[in-house]
Amino acid sequence: MMDMIETKRLRPDDLPEQEFLLPGNRSCAGCSMSLYYRMALKALGKKTIITVPASCLTVLHGLYHKTSVKMNVVHTTFETTAASASGIVAALEAKGLGDEITVCGFAGDGGTSDIGIQGLSGAAERNTNFIYACYDNEMYSNTGTQRSGQTPYMAYTTTTPHGKLEHKKNMPMIMHAHGIPYIATSCSSYPQDVYAKFKKAKLFTGTRYIHTLIPCPPGWGFPTDQSIEMGRLAVKSGIFPLFEIIDGKMFLSPESERCLDPSKRLKVEEYLKLQGRFKHIQPEHIEYYQEYVDNHWNFINQFL
Amino acid sequence: MVDYKDPKSTIAAVQVPSEGEAGKTGSWRSFKPVFNPEKCILIKSEKARCHICWMFCPEVAITKSRPPTINLDYCKGCGICSTECPHGAITMKKE
Ligand SMILES: Cc1ncc(C[n+]2csc(CCOP(=O)(O)OP(=O)(O)O)c2C)c(N)n1
Ligand code: SF4
Ligand code: SF4
Ligand code: SF4
Repeated sequence: MMDMIETKRLRPDDLPEQEFLLPGNRSCAGCSMSLYYRMALKALGKKTIITVPASCLTVLHGLYHKTSVKMNVVHTTFETTAASASGIVAALEAKGLGDEITVCGFAGDGGTSDIGIQGLSGAAERNTNFIYACYDNEMYSNTGTQRSGQTPYMAYTTTTPHGKLEHKKNMPMIMHAHGIPYIATSCSSYPQDVYAKFKKAKLFTGTRYIHTLIPCPPGWGFPTDQSIEMGRLAVKSGIFPLFEIIDGKMFLSPESERCLDPSKRLKVEEYLKLQGRFKHIQPEHIEYYQEYVDNHWNFINQFL
Repeated sequence: MVDYKDPKSTIAAVQVPSEGEAGKTGSWRSFKPVFNPEKCILIKSEKARCHICWMFCPEVAITKSRPPTINLDYCKGCGICSTECPHGAITMKKE
């Protein structure tokens, strides 16, 4: 499998021109989910069936009878992304189309790591043949920014008015424990990496999981033109490590390699201070947060 | 084949792909991107490669052409293209 994998670094204009996302959709100005989804669709291509639960992505898809995507999409209920994908896979296999058509579930962080986790875990246990793509804006954005299992420590949401006390749930490693063939983390600020990881995921059979950080300007409280920089800071500070786990073995993505050296990690404060959701944060929280990130890298090191 | 336009031939709610599903989203803008061709690397050099603005535009409002063009009907004015262009070829002006 490894030798089939294209490792060449892509330049922006290497990405295909064909678009499956149409302009004039309902996503907010500067929405990284929109950028991420656009890249993912370029990689998945036309022969794909997508399933999406209630989320910002449903809003982006638009109201009946129009839609902003040129793709085959099923809209499902909040908790059923993986169950719905499993059903689509079963139908395709019964028709002998299982190898021809890619099935991909796209869900928010709430839909994935909170309400949708049991269906996803069941599908991963059966190694059902689909890609599960979680876009992580670290809150329930669609319903007005409530806390999710992916909301980070001390972030303000409407349900954590003094900042969340718990840390982010480590979803990629939960999926790793299921022994599935391909897991990747990516961030919308690196569109070529998003594209390459979806392309790579298509080469595998079985459950594949891609977890992507997508900075959300209104939810996180930063100016719309800073969407790309915010994701870069999350990666450079080591808060959101980019890696792949291929057949059980972890590979750090080049963007995150510098974080192996603690002195090359940007201080978490550089990232936190730019966002309204961390405005109330105190020096002791920042210190604790930094310690947490450094410990997390010790944890990651065990897998390399 | 299902004829999407004929409600009688469809058994479920089918949505048709169309631009401007949310209307002319250009009207959301408070700042407008202005392209300064003399600064764009694709105009300065025939051999240059770039299209960073095209890649990052979340709205699919920039074309992958030489030089790139901006579709102001739908551009929401987020300013990402202006912030990310390494040559300062796009500036944001108040509407
Ligand atoms: C069973 C159920 N509970 C609650 C809702 C209301 N609801 C719709 S979208 C949403 C939040 C989705 O959050 P997330 O999955 O993180 O996606 P995002 O909105 O951030 O894109 C909620 C709570 C619902 N549709 N169904
Ligand atoms: S709330 Fe955030 S994730 Fe949702 S559409 Fe707006 S910018 Fe995108
Ligand atoms: S301002 Fe935003 S939406 Fe408009 S062209 Fe630039 S990147 Fe695209
Ligand atoms: S990013 Fe700037 S220099 Fe590059 S193509 Fe766009 S406008 Fe030209």
